[in-house]
Amino acid sequence: MSEESNIDIYRRRFMSGTATAAAGLAVAPGVMLTEVARAKPADQAVSSDIRWGMLIDTNKCNEGCNDCVTACNEEHNLEGFGRPATDAQWIRKVTLKDKQTGNIQTLPMLCQHCEHPPCVDVCPTGASFKREDGIVLVDKHICIGCRYCMMACPYKARSFVHEKLQDQMPYSPRGKGTVESCTFCVHRVDEDILPACVVACKEENHNAITFGDMNDPDSEISQQLKQHSSRQVRADLELNTGVRYRGI
Amino acid sequence: MIKYSLITLLFSLLLGVYTPGTAADVASGEDTSGPFIPKAQRRFSEEQGCVEPTGEMRANHMEYILDQRDATVHEGIRTRQYSLQECINCHVSDAEDAPRVDNEEHFCSSCHTYAAVSIDCFQCHADRPVKSRFDSLSNSSMHRIGSAAVPPTTLDSEQLKVLSNEDFGNE
Amino acid sequence: MKDIVFKEIDGGKPFYLLLGFIGFFVLAALGSAWYMEHNGHWVTGMNNQIVWGTPHVFAVFLIVAASGALNVASISSVFQKTAYKPLARLSGLLAIALLAGGLAILVLDLGRPDRLIVAMTYYNFKSIFAWNIILYIGFMAVVAIYLWMMMERKMNKFTRVAGFSAFIWRLILTTGTGSIFGFLVARQAYDTAILAPMFIIMSFAFGLAIFILVLLGIYKWSDRPLGDSILFRLKNLLGVFIGAVLYFVLTYHLTNLYITENHGVEQFILMDGGVYTKLFWIVQILLGSLLPLALLYHPSTGKSRGWIGIASLLVIIGGLAQMYVIIIGGQAYPMEMFPGKEVVSSFADGITGSYTPSLPEIILGMGGIAVALAATFVGVRVLRFLPSTLADDAVDPHYPAREAEASA
Repeated sequence: MSEESNIDIYRRRFMSGTATAAAGLAVAPGVMLTEVARAKPADQAVSSDIRWGMLIDTNKCNEGCNDCVTACNEEHNLEGFGRPATDAQWIRKVTLKDKQTGNIQTLPMLCQHCEHPPCVDVCPTGASFKREDGIVLVDKHICIGCRYCMMACPYKARSFVHEKLQDQMPYSPRGKGTVESCTFCVHRVDEDILPACVVACKEENHNAITFGDMNDPDSEISQQLKQHSSRQVRADLELNTGVRYRGI
Repeated sequence: MIKYSLITLLFSLLLGVYTPGTAADVASGEDTSGPFIPKAQRRFSEEQGCVEPTGEMRANHMEYILDQRDATVHEGIRTRQYSLQECINCHVSDAEDAPRVDNEEHFCSSCHTYAAVSIDCFQCHADRPVKSRFDSLSNSSMHRIGSAAVPPTTLDSEQLKVLSNEDFGNE
Repeated sequence: MKDIVFKEIDGGKPFYLLLGFIGFFVLAALGSAWYMEHNGHWVTGMNNQIVWGTPHVFAVFLIVAASGALNVASISSVFQKTAYKPLARLSGLLAIALLAGGLAILVLDLGRPDRLIVAMTYYNFKSIFAWNIILYIGFMAVVAIYLWMMMERKMNKFTRVAGFSAFIWRLILTTGTGSIFGFLVARQAYDTAILAPMFIIMSFAFGLAIFILVLLGIYKWSDRPLGDSILFRLKNLLGVFIGAVLYFVLTYHLTNLYITENHGVEQFILMDGGVYTKLFWIVQILLGSLLPLALLYHPSTGKSRGWIGIASLLVIIGGLAQMYVIIIGGQAYPMEMFPGKEVVSSFADGITGSYTPSLPEIILGMGGIAVALAATFVGVRVLRFLPSTLADDAVDPHYPAREAEASA
């Protein structure tokens, strides 16, 4: 069983439905009923009971480390064309130096998944939208590539696809002439898996990024937000961002 | 009469839907006048080849894909039966030299070129099966949201209900 | 004052040569658009920092000028100034033509121009951009109806109502266009209500400057008399509008200079913004505002057709520079995400966004102007938009009095 690649497991499930589904589940035995009840079934729509959020502890964010960025680029196949001005960057490492004190910090910037996203307000066709669970996305089927959302985003979180692409990741379609940005790895989150950048940070043992449900008072992120002071970037705009920072 | 059919022909051309061959040809699946359509990699079930009867898929595949697209993008519904990704996984070979969508031998292009209907899907979606890093990660418990190990949930609620009624500890 | 006789301009070789010349620019623009779409936008100067570039400078300029071009008609129909009545039809035609030119650029620059139908069928009513789409289409319809009321004798009695609707519509439209920038909280240069009225006053100046040039050109080439009286009225009005634009620019910058958090962006535009600073002071203020003001009001140049034409051209060039400074300069100034910090990243955070206009973008922008001119010339060729004479004795309502004064 464990020799089998995940794709094959999935393929069998796809082929014959419920019977082999149980076999697929057998990978992670035990504690199932309670846990299964917690995870979202594939045919159920996301709900506003959940608000996904991210807390980034800048004190734990290592200055030389770029692993979250690399992981994102790999996950979504954001291979560049060697043209920094037009290549997509969904997450980027930013280094801050205090003008008065010279203090240096580093942190990742990405789509802040605002509760009141300016990109969604300005989008003429409604291609920029916020899911019920707070994840801000671009519906590339109706994006006309006007780039007004990029004018409106206070975090410069969006990229425009400036050239023709091929072999996109199946779960992360992207194409020339449309705007894109961090999806909070929505394809993972829908299957209860952490976003790629969070995993990369964990694997490096930096643990600077906590991801979870901000509506659930018992989640790790809610607990941390409660215990420690944190900040929203451009809090003056009152956008109620889904990404919070500690230590800035 | 000739005049009438000529007008119909012109009108259909205008709408871009004209295909020579009748509905019966399409349903029988044995027409020799139509395009060469590559065979799928496998069958959906014992009873039928595709996720719906072939005639239905030929006529209405875009409706299924469109509904699924909106459900997935906006509501996070990730059932696989009607997803474009599954169309590609099953209908296009993952071989290195498999035809791309700009080639008439690609499953989608074979018919769309023949019917002169342009498709927009593959400006953003991959036109052949792509193996992803994400698939191999799905089983590791350290990547789950929350601390406890939770299994992947590519199952729909119907399947989960069946599961929770079964004593699958003995499986 | 005699009855005004409207007549099509003559065709013939010169007309078709001119049309061919303009058509060449339209074709070149279509080629550029195809080149940009085929390769993707990386072949342009635009990038992830400067997302709106030269095409948008031309497009917004033309759209703003379009509503301004309608002013001459509004003065005649809404404010009942009979002296402007002979010019009202051209004013309406020019308004539609300029808008068509601006929209053509905007659409051809989209990442997915093939999805124009999506832009027409999916609306997010919170988006000012979506409202603008409705306002643009509505403007064309309202002005077309207005023209019909003016040109169909039986409908003349509705001219005033139609003219009034068009006037209100154009005010809302330009408010909408200014608000495309005014509503943006993200960037220091925008996020201010003054942009909406400033765009209205800019439209007055740009639209009138284009109107004067087109009028001078067509009447010269078609050998029709154009009296000084009507021309001098227009050029005096242009002077007033230029002054009004200057006032708004001054207020905008004074307000920002008072507010400490905006000192950075002011320092950038007014002092060390390189090309943007030069464009602001030399082209927009000096060449585009002060020089034309002097030319229009100077006792000798103010009476010369050549100089009035040059002054109008300068206003247009200054207007394009102003758009460039607002649209591209506003994006080039780095966003203030972390006040009090120096910011460095791989995504051009904390540094001036780099942008060099590329040839296809410029050609596309010129193509928009060409579309507007072609539509105007074809319009006056096939329909009765222009009076056969605009000589003083034919159209100036005060002419008999003035004549008497002169002979006395």
